[in-house]
Amino acid sequence: MAENLRVKSSEFIDETIRVSFKFNGKEYYGFKGDTLASALLANNVHLVGRSFKYHRPRGIMTAGSEEPNAIVQVNDNTDRTEPNVRATELEIYEGLEASSQNCWPSVNFDIGGINNVISPFLPAGFYYKTFMWPASFWEKYEYFIRHSAGLGKSPKDKDPDIYDHRYIHCDVLVVGAGISGILAAKNAAKNNLKTLLVDEKNELGGATIYQNREFNKIENQSSSDWIKKEIQELKKLNNLEIKTRTSVAAFHGYNYLLARENLTDHLEKKEKQGKIRQRLLKIRAKKVILATGALERPLIFNNNDRPGIMLSSAVKKYADFYGVVSGKKNVFFTNNDSAYESALCLHNKGIKVEAVIDIRENSGSKIVKAVNDAGIPIHWSHTIVDTKGYKKLNSISAMKLSNDGSSVTGSKIDIVCDCLGVAGGWTPAVHLFTQSGGKLTFDETNKVFLPNKYSSEQISVGSCNGDFKIKEIINNLSINLKEFLNIEKTDFDNVTVESEDDNSKRNIWLLPSDKPLGKTKPFVDYQNDATAKDIKLALREGFRSIEHVKRYTTTGMGTDQGKLGNMHALGIIADTADVKMGELGTTTFRPPYTPLTFGTIVGRNVGEYFDVFRRTPMNDWHVENKAEFENVGQWKRAWYYPINNESMHEAVQRESMAARETAGILDASTLGKIDIQGTDASEFLNRVYTNAWSKLGIGKCRYGLMLNEDGMVYDDGVTTRLGENHYIMTTTTGGAANVLGKLEDYLQTEWPELDVYLTSVTDHYATASICGPNSKKILNKIIPDLDLSEENFPHMSFKDTQIENIKCRIMRISFTGEHSYEINVQANYGKAVWEKCMEAGKEFNITPYGTETMHLLRAEKGFIIVGQDTDGTMTPIDLQMDWIVSKKKYDFIGKRSLYRSDTMKEDRKQLVGLLTDDPNIVLEEGAQIVSELNQSPVNMLGHVTSSYYSPNLKKSIALAVVRGGKNMMGKKLFIPMENKTINVTIANPVFFDTENKRLNA
Amino acid sequence: MFLINCPYCGERDQHEFKAGGEAHIERPKQPTELSDDEWAEYLFMRKNIKGVQFERWNHAHGCRKWFNMVRDTSNDQIKLIYKMGEKPPSE
Repeated sequence: MAENLRVKSSEFIDETIRVSFKFNGKEYYGFKGDTLASALLANNVHLVGRSFKYHRPRGIMTAGSEEPNAIVQVNDNTDRTEPNVRATELEIYEGLEASSQNCWPSVNFDIGGINNVISPFLPAGFYYKTFMWPASFWEKYEYFIRHSAGLGKSPKDKDPDIYDHRYIHCDVLVVGAGISGILAAKNAAKNNLKTLLVDEKNELGGATIYQNREFNKIENQSSSDWIKKEIQELKKLNNLEIKTRTSVAAFHGYNYLLARENLTDHLEKKEKQGKIRQRLLKIRAKKVILATGALERPLIFNNNDRPGIMLSSAVKKYADFYGVVSGKKNVFFTNNDSAYESALCLHNKGIKVEAVIDIRENSGSKIVKAVNDAGIPIHWSHTIVDTKGYKKLNSISAMKLSNDGSSVTGSKIDIVCDCLGVAGGWTPAVHLFTQSGGKLTFDETNKVFLPNKYSSEQISVGSCNGDFKIKEIINNLSINLKEFLNIEKTDFDNVTVESEDDNSKRNIWLLPSDKPLGKTKPFVDYQNDATAKDIKLALREGFRSIEHVKRYTTTGMGTDQGKLGNMHALGIIADTADVKMGELGTTTFRPPYTPLTFGTIVGRNVGEYFDVFRRTPMNDWHVENKAEFENVGQWKRAWYYPINNESMHEAVQRESMAARETAGILDASTLGKIDIQGTDASEFLNRVYTNAWSKLGIGKCRYGLMLNEDGMVYDDGVTTRLGENHYIMTTTTGGAANVLGKLEDYLQTEWPELDVYLTSVTDHYATASICGPNSKKILNKIIPDLDLSEENFPHMSFKDTQIENIKCRIMRISFTGEHSYEINVQANYGKAVWEKCMEAGKEFNITPYGTETMHLLRAEKGFIIVGQDTDGTMTPIDLQMDWIVSKKKYDFIGKRSLYRSDTMKEDRKQLVGLLTDDPNIVLEEGAQIVSELNQSPVNMLGHVTSSYYSPNLKKSIALAVVRGGKNMMGKKLFIPMENKTINVTIANPVFFDTENKRLNA
Repeated sequence: MFLINCPYCGERDQHEFKAGGEAHIERPKQPTELSDDEWAEYLFMRKNIKGVQFERWNHAHGCRKWFNMVRDTSNDQIKLIYKMGEKPPSE
């Protein structure tokens, strides 16, 4: 705890505020502004995790979102625990607790480390090859694989945090607030464009802000001083919104982007309380400017993964930005000039740089000369052939490269060091560009993929577009910005810029060692432990497509999605298979750029807000009367009304008997209702229903069956003719929206000549359906002056009337087979009318019943429920409803399909009744039906679609679909269950009151 | 996520719309006159082009109107939007 390796006061770190935190149970401190990674490095903690497959010790590699190794579990054992957090992005706060993932029992002693020793037996595709046979063993293997694989732990309890969504519409979105992004945003906003600037970091200015690079000058100032002034001016612009700690996760078509704004993760616990944790921004931008920068590449050499081996730019950032010393004895290994900047930076801060190892033959640039002048030894044409140190790097060995770079010669140089900065060049961050549908081109000179063809109004600027020198960045940005934003000039058109003079590099994707490849460990994907050997093995085994090699070797499949190593994987494949990298292409870049929590994705739509739900106007009454509810589509429907601790079965039996013996009442408000008007309304119904409608008298009701064009039953319901050109159609509860959509489709696209208007009025009416032998008396009590005689108000007719002052439509229709009335009133009167019915029905013991009893009662009558007894493969003929299909009509939707050879087959599944030989056994819905036992393979004839115990018949009844069932009346069949076989007989699906006497009772 | 220019409402987000399959497949006027094969051609057969495709779309959560769209399925570029009943462009 004593150690805190800092070089100087950094302006980005507030050393007056100490922040204590725990890592792997041990207490440390850092300062306000530190990330977990910088604070750990300051405490000389390099070992932060174990690798996925070999459990090799791993350290902090980067200083950004591309980090493959330092991924931690945050606040373990609390309900706010989160896995896979990058220590390099996690800002520390008082009380933070984090721990290593993927190590057991501890990061210092890890049992899985044995895998490192036996690694020759764990090649690419190891899991595929080993655990796939015998297939029955997979379950046993899986247990161990899952136990040893370290993907972090997900929280067990409900996420206590609040997440939010926000839509943003802007003229220009700028992604990335490095020098390019700052200048682009400033000039867009200054030109009256509503601009949004986002950056994943908490500071603006990217790498420019903290780098004091001697050879980079803008207007004769250091580039960092110059950018600070630009940022000050930028913040004054009122046309601009700036969002830091905001990472763009996805770039979809038509400039639609999703970004995660992190609001409280950097705050300590008490400050987090009650605040929105993260906000998902849904951004639609007219124009997008991507200034996402570039990621430094590592180099691929033997044992390149030890703790202490870092990206050269990360070593520099830790020193410059956080004032943290990553190592006391540093070596840099490079193929370009970048490492020299890092070396010089450390040297100027008084940190020892032992050597620079450069695979190039030489470089004459100013920066190289400056390093040379500082007395730092440079080993040209050398490569590192091995590194040593198990939990922390302690030395490296270098040798001279052969001229072609494929082997090494001469004697070994050993250098003692505790930190190795690796610089393999820069990879433009084209992730978002490609997500949007952009096409890349390969630049052979710089070995980078660059944006080529844009899919929308967007440009990539700065280093993500391949401009690496500050002079190029500023000059090209000025030209591109003027053209893209259609502006005359920018405010940096004439600034003077000096930058580095040399950018020579030598690219070798896989560096040789003095050992044969088979005896080395050159890691390409650190997180997934994929080595160059694995990639070569995959190629030897015949894989060619980059997408296949990726999946076989798991290269690029970690939580970091291979941000560091993917280019090397491509390079090694190209070299080995002797193809051009441009032709090989890249793997698909998929969102999100960095992982998102589910909370952010769902926002406020959790718990009861997950989906909207609909309640009927009588809902309060159902609640007061202790109804149990079921979800039907978005509706909450009363399911049954238990009294005195009744079970569902008991309640349903009681309700069913009451409905037939005296009176029942059902809330049918959820049925879909479509108001149909127009001079062609009758013709329209003729075309959409299977039966004829022209002759239906005004004031009459008719049941209709609607088919799809393929002849299959789609929906059903009763339609009433209210006037000459006015109908009201009812649909199933769940089908209402789709039926309206389908009818609109035909009206607008096939029959625009018809004069018909459709309006959904489902929510406008409340419906109480009273049924049973006493329903007539009850209605008479409510509306004494309405003539309820058979002559005036017969079955299947309708009356427009009033209950006191409440206007109502009453249909005498029945879904139970009982004498019944459906009372429709304006929705606001629903509960009042329901209560009136209850009051009037009291002397008849009127019994409210729910959907379950409704289903039972209709099953007794053999009435179908579309969606339960049909499944989109049943024609009306299959349902034995031939009577409803008009033979006379020339056409209706689905008619032609009823005469297709397939729909006319005799052995189609047909709806039948089913009775169990033992009347007390109630079949399970979905149970399979067979005619032969002991048959192999068994010939499945069909299945049970509806099944109940009927209290009115005192026996079990069921509806089923059975192949050729229509001609099997009385046939004995079997239903084999897990531990018994049930004998059943095919019967008439109308079980109760087959002569329909009760309708008019 | 597309930005779709509904011919009745203007530019709206894709989530307000529903795709309705291939456009310009007219329902036969006299289905009973057709052979099984001819009817099946109408009922089941749809193109699935990589490239320029004619589609039906419905502003389901808006004005509920159907319209036609010409879209390049290879890059999701919407080339043209026109009302129902209007002639498709020849090119």
